[in-house]
Amino acid sequence: MKRTHATMTAAALAGLVALSLAACGSDNATGGSSAASSSGSAAPALSGTLNGGGSSAQDKAQQAWIAGFQTTNPDATINYTKSDSGAGRKGLLDGSLAFAGTDAALDPTKEIATSGTACQGGKAIDLPVYISPIAIAFNVPGVTELNLSADTVAKIFSGAVTTWNDPAITADNPKATLSGPITVVYRSDDSGTTKNFTDYLKKAAPSVWNYDVTNTFPVTKDTFQGQNGTSAVVQGIQAGTGTIGYADASAVGSLGKVSVKVGSAFVAPTAAAAAAAVDASKRDTDGRADNDVAIKIDRTTTAAGAYPAILVSYLGVCDTYATAAQADLVKGYASYVVSSAGQDQAAKAAGSAPISDTLRKDVLSAIATIKAKG
Amino acid sequence: MASPTLTSTPHPAAEPTPPGASRAKDRGMDRGFRYLSIASGVLILLVLAAVAAFLVVRALPALKAGDAISQDVGWIGAGQSLWTVIGPLVFGTVLAAIAALAMAVPVAIGIALFISHYAPRRLANGLGYLVDLLAAIPSVVYGLWGVMVLAPVLQPVWDFLVRWLGWIPLFAGDSNGNASNPPRVLLTAALVLAVMILPIITAVSREVFLQTPRLHEEAALALGATRWELVRMAVLPFARSGIVSAAMLGLGRALGETMAVLMVLSPGMLYSFKLLVASQQQTIAANIAAKFADANAMGVSALIATGLALFVITLVVNMAARAIVARRKDFSGAN
Repeated sequence: MKRTHATMTAAALAGLVALSLAACGSDNATGGSSAASSSGSAAPALSGTLNGGGSSAQDKAQQAWIAGFQTTNPDATINYTKSDSGAGRKGLLDGSLAFAGTDAALDPTKEIATSGTACQGGKAIDLPVYISPIAIAFNVPGVTELNLSADTVAKIFSGAVTTWNDPAITADNPKATLSGPITVVYRSDDSGTTKNFTDYLKKAAPSVWNYDVTNTFPVTKDTFQGQNGTSAVVQGIQAGTGTIGYADASAVGSLGKVSVKVGSAFVAPTAAAAAAAVDASKRDTDGRADNDVAIKIDRTTTAAGAYPAILVSYLGVCDTYATAAQADLVKGYASYVVSSAGQDQAAKAAGSAPISDTLRKDVLSAIATIKAKG
Repeated sequence: MASPTLTSTPHPAAEPTPPGASRAKDRGMDRGFRYLSIASGVLILLVLAAVAAFLVVRALPALKAGDAISQDVGWIGAGQSLWTVIGPLVFGTVLAAIAALAMAVPVAIGIALFISHYAPRRLANGLGYLVDLLAAIPSVVYGLWGVMVLAPVLQPVWDFLVRWLGWIPLFAGDSNGNASNPPRVLLTAALVLAVMILPIITAVSREVFLQTPRLHEEAALALGATRWELVRMAVLPFARSGIVSAAMLGLGRALGETMAVLMVLSPGMLYSFKLLVASQQQTIAANIAAKFADANAMGVSALIATGLALFVITLVVNMAARAIVARRKDFSGAN
């Protein structure tokens, strides 16, 4: 139902775009496509249909990419159905989806090893395309800046520190006037944000954080408040006093954001800091092919200016497709997604952090290996 | 769902058959209309059966999955079955609805009595119209109002309740001894619900009060009753079953209300009576709305199973209302 609706909308959109291009009259068709010429797809406009789906974190960005890509390639139809990352990966592996949006890289032994059938004898690969810093936002009257170490953040979010004037907090913030009880606001629905945030806490503060890495926030305390969805979390932090919570940095607005301790300095959650953290992280090469660009996010990095509480989301694609047309379409779309134009689109639409040029080079060379069968 | 009969309306006297020529045509119309009304009656049963069947069929995979369900559904903890989730949800749903009812019914009866027996006629008409207008506001607007306007206003009130009445389990504070801040708590949600169910309870009660037999009222006045005694002796006994069914209609709406609860309440999965602490309870309808968008196949099935539970609760509530109304009828002045 949802799917057909999306398909119809996409088809209608494509039709509209085609109409508006036709209405431009004598302008030649390639002249209209200036937006994405910076990407690798300098080739003539692509056509065909690609069905993708998965991560809801990527949804806004995917819609922006689809709109941008279809403007330059009016005969191409890309559909993205948001569900969850697991469903996206499953769809890619059973061949029902041409690409998947996933907040976790494909598992080398369980998933990539079984991708042969769906990928025409090739392999499924990961392309990191979406980076979003997770901000720890707070609302304490009169306090605009807050510096916390990972251990202190973990203590707050596990309920070990319950008041703002706890020595663990005041030690790092000698100038701020802090008092009163802490209300922790967390995401009550399943979310990749929660998963990456708990992963950050587990790796960066292993001595304090004893919970598993999960999509659902693991701690329940009666001084904690769950909220459904990003905007409700932000609204909840805003509405209370002495509140603290985590959300995608783009959604936090004017609330104060915690600078977390990296090395000996405190780093704020900016787009540049998120990209720096990805660059400071190693490639996950364990059992992976060269063209499989999975990032092992280094949550304990001490690189200058890197913000390790980030979410990295991937485009899962095959490196081999049944027809040349389909392979070209996937290549074209993926190249547009990682192009600086595509990344800017996503930053505008979803508030993500554009990937760095270094990472773009790696991803583009991985995209170049995508080919047709035979 | 059909509302319980409020009062016994007299059967219209049989119309004398119209004479002569158009008789055959009338008979055709008569039959046609009979079929039409039978079809309408059957349709409502079919719809109800279709909804019930849909709920049962789609809930079956989750009901049969047992403990294995936690592997597929993120919001069911490891090793837990569906029942460990449905229980708190049912509890939260009923608690929110009863809290809303406890606040709404006295106020609604007051408004209805004012309109039917105290207010000057012109004021009564205007007021009745205004109360009906409350019912026309979409619940999502109530939700936004509740969370952005009402909640900040309520914070000091809830703080006061916790401070002075915290020894009552319902008003107990959190482990710091405070009401939750921001007050996304059950009592805030219940208050919004109470405002939402006020119009239906008021409207039905008002209609019932207005039907108090004139003779009863005059008899009471003749005995020297004051206005309050008149209400107590003649109006309320007569209207008792009507008030019960009005309250049950309100309860039905409160049980199923989704948007307002979703937006106001900070959800939790506990059997907790703490009305002023956040993340303790959640209602079935709000939970379905919150989880459906990202649910996988088994998740949808589990949500539908909770919907089935809500369906059963609503059915039980309505049947209970019917039973109460039927029993009380004998004692009321209606006969």
